[in-house]
Amino acid sequence: MHQVSSLLIKLIPFYPRYFWSGSCVHLIMEKGNGCCFSIMTMPNLIVVLIAIIVIFVIRILFVIHQSRKPLHNLPPKAVSTLIVLGSGGHTAEMINLIRVLQMERFTPRVYVVASTDNMSLQKAQVLEASMVDQAGPDKLKEKAQFMQIYRSREVGQSYLTSIWTTLVALVHALLLMIKIRPQVILCNGPGTCFPLCVIAFVFKVLGIRWSSIFYVESIARVKRLSLSGLLLYKLHIADLIFVQWPHLQKKYPRTLYVGCLM
Amino acid sequence: MGGKGENDDNGVNSKKTVFVTVGTTCFDALVKAVDTVEVKEELSRKGYTHLTIQMGRGTYIPTKSDGEEGGLVVDFFTFSSSIADYLKSASLVISHAGSGSIFETLKLGKPLIVVVNEDLMDNHQCELAEELAERKHLFYGRPQTLNQTIKSMDLETLIPYMPGDAMPVAKIINRFLGFPDD
Repeated sequence: MHQVSSLLIKLIPFYPRYFWSGSCVHLIMEKGNGCCFSIMTMPNLIVVLIAIIVIFVIRILFVIHQSRKPLHNLPPKAVSTLIVLGSGGHTAEMINLIRVLQMERFTPRVYVVASTDNMSLQKAQVLEASMVDQAGPDKLKEKAQFMQIYRSREVGQSYLTSIWTTLVALVHALLLMIKIRPQVILCNGPGTCFPLCVIAFVFKVLGIRWSSIFYVESIARVKRLSLSGLLLYKLHIADLIFVQWPHLQKKYPRTLYVGCLM
Repeated sequence: MGGKGENDDNGVNSKKTVFVTVGTTCFDALVKAVDTVEVKEELSRKGYTHLTIQMGRGTYIPTKSDGEEGGLVVDFFTFSSSIADYLKSASLVISHAGSGSIFETLKLGKPLIVVVNEDLMDNHQCELAEELAERKHLFYGRPQTLNQTIKSMDLETLIPYMPGDAMPVAKIINRFLGFPDD
């Protein structure tokens, strides 16, 4: 087993990210014949299971490792972008960021908004309309899409009913992500973005889609990361986490301090 | 024009409005605090003539006044789509600690007192107000001590807030994705 794992670790980086999971099976077959013949022929379910788990763990570690590094194999074309809008102040900060991104690079764009947050939806539509006016309709080949997502928990909802609503929200998020499969995810909390990021990470592990996940912590967070920020940080789900206050960067060294967005 | 108001130190009788905003929240403690005689008197002493309260989802109804007895002219409403206009015409803003209200006011260069809602469970918002108060961009207080905050505030000590910039984030994201710098 150790030999297989160490071989895998050496070989993994040479395979393209997008199709790695398919190639992995070949790799095991080929190398398996040589060094662990007995394991592959033995119909021992436990051994197979352990092997699968080990492969998954290696794959997860590999994905985390790769996520930290800038992309090199991407040609400088456009990337499909998912923008998750929070609410109120979160949306305002995200819109400030979208304004300075080159729109011809981050296209097509899909905005996801909580289904109860019409204000953010309107703001995003106004923003997109203003950008079409600026660039002229020929420059933006594809129109931005707007989608609404169920919230796992509304303010003040009881915990018992929120188990059910969380499940519904998760399934809905999964369907959306299967449909969108973005290359880039931009989010800045609160909770709405977390299930989407987890699903994106699972897609990365399974080799369905490699997406770069960027999380910008809210300007309101001066001393501690928010729950979404903390989870994305601790679980190594986000590729990059930006913070707007220097104390936060000191406390969470893997984040990037970028100054105030507002 | 130029008439000397009763409580006006500067001798200018122009309209000076204090705008109180609670955003979309329910913050009765703040509305009650600005409706007290102490706070209103303190505001008059500082030369303010009008008090407009945006009370959001709160249930406490402040007392209206047309300022006949030399006091403040007090008016209120629940929500408005033109909060920006109220902010623009205000001489002083007293706000809840929401980042939206805070930065909208600071960008307009208006003096701001942020009042923290102590009834909120996860009160991370006071972090932001505290930090900005430490950097002298605003004053920071609690509903119970609002009149003292107003009494002791010196608008001259405030440092104007320089609006932030999302360019550094955009640059890092572009580089990370392999796009060339412009």
